[in-house]
Amino acid sequence: MKYFLKILSFGGLALTVAPAALVLAGVLSWRMHAALMLAGAALWFATAPFWMRRAADAA
Amino acid sequence: MNASPQGKLAARLDAMNEFDRAPVSPERLRGPGGFIGLYAGEHVAGTEFVIGPLFVAHGVATGDLLWGLLAGNLLAVLSWAFLCAPIAVRTRLNLYWHLRKITGPNLLFVYNIVNALMFCFLAGAMISVAATAVGIPFDMPMPGLDDLYPTSVAWALTTLAVGGVVTALAVLGFDRIAWFSKIASPWLLLVFLASGLAVLPQLGVESFADLRTVANEKIWTGVPAEGRVRFTFWHVTFFAWFANMAMHIGMADLTILRYARKWQYGFASAFGMYLGHYLAWVASGVLVALAIQQGGEVAPGPIAWLGAGAAGLIAVVLAGWTTANPTIYRAGLAMQTITPNWKRWKVTLAVGAATTVAALFPALMMRLLDFVALYGLILMPMGAAIFADFWIFPKIGLCSGYAEWQKIAFDWPAALAWIGTLAACRLMHAMWGWDIFFLGLPGWFVATGLFTGLSFLRQRLRREARPAAS
Repeated sequence: MKYFLKILSFGGLALTVAPAALVLAGVLSWRMHAALMLAGAALWFATAPFWMRRAADAA
Repeated sequence: MNASPQGKLAARLDAMNEFDRAPVSPERLRGPGGFIGLYAGEHVAGTEFVIGPLFVAHGVATGDLLWGLLAGNLLAVLSWAFLCAPIAVRTRLNLYWHLRKITGPNLLFVYNIVNALMFCFLAGAMISVAATAVGIPFDMPMPGLDDLYPTSVAWALTTLAVGGVVTALAVLGFDRIAWFSKIASPWLLLVFLASGLAVLPQLGVESFADLRTVANEKIWTGVPAEGRVRFTFWHVTFFAWFANMAMHIGMADLTILRYARKWQYGFASAFGMYLGHYLAWVASGVLVALAIQQGGEVAPGPIAWLGAGAAGLIAVVLAGWTTANPTIYRAGLAMQTITPNWKRWKVTLAVGAATTVAALFPALMMRLLDFVALYGLILMPMGAAIFADFWIFPKIGLCSGYAEWQKIAFDWPAALAWIGTLAACRLMHAMWGWDIFFLGLPGWFVATGLFTGLSFLRQRLRREARPAAS
């Protein structure tokens, strides 16, 4: 389950950054990039809290 | 039992830090991974949305920015690795207990209050940053680069609302927010990167060959905005070096690096510097260039919208909120020494209220470069005192940790070195017109020299006076 959640989380991060590269390459519109970034944010914040460790920081 | 005011003050301070009194035990030491994550997360904050644009406003040229950030961030990393980390791993004490040995509890109390005030202003800037994103859906008029006072009723109401929420969350607890901040940091970093990339075509970049021309002609043009000093390579280098002066040269990160197995973990700060203070500053500079080209607003919220739409607004709010919260919490901890009978939530509430009032003034956000430099400069002399006490004193036959050994409540050599250094920096500024960004380096030598010289005098005088007294 955790493995699956991690895949979804990293998919969210990919959705955050990859569309921008496609906008730069001229194959994706800015509007679509903004929509995909929002979807990426939703995916990341919906899944990452379930597997990221809650251990205290070094401090 | 010591019932004097000095004794009470010392007892209050000590009680708050009691749990951290002992050096870190070997089983609690950590590997490099934790430090990489910590530094990378801590230095991708809401304020990065302001600093990149301010470089553009100061008319820095492309080469000066890129090379200056490379050099300045390298110097910052070296300061963490060679100044702060070696002392941290040898003493394993946090800043509070280490400084207490040198300054005595009463001078440390003063340091705590100054530190808390600085934290309040810093958190205020972060709340202002978040407010610029929250206000967009309500068509709030944004403050401009030169605005120092509240610009509209809508700005005041939005800032008060954001400050109220941030304070309420800080009152409710710190741990959950710290954890959420950790979750948000990798996403935030990618938002900066993606935003910068996505707007390049609108600036005229159609291929990699265009990058240099667009950077020189449209982003970092070398022409400052009206009323701003033009930044050179040296401004950028020294700003990047001293942006976290309080943490490395000022030794605040003793508290973090004391958990490091090896002093070399100080190099982990490179992840914070080159991701947050290089990539994010460059990306936010690109965003503001587009805003200027379109004749739009240059506040963090609007420029994040240009780069990433709604995700950009969320990023600005989260980046502001997750960094303002621990800052308010730390300020509350420091302030609690003045009001020992208040519950922690009451102190946090008071600090949050003060921070929110500070956030009403866009000056904190729009003059962030100057404020950050001032913040580091004010706290730096105590870091220099720690350096001298640890490395120089044993070599010249002076006693380290003299205040603790002699049970001195207020160490006057440390106090005079602190005040004297700031006075010397003021003088350098007045006489030679040196910008605040350049004062930290000579100031460090002044602080180290003053503290060493005055401590030498004091320890010698006491040594000579002792036989006569006995």
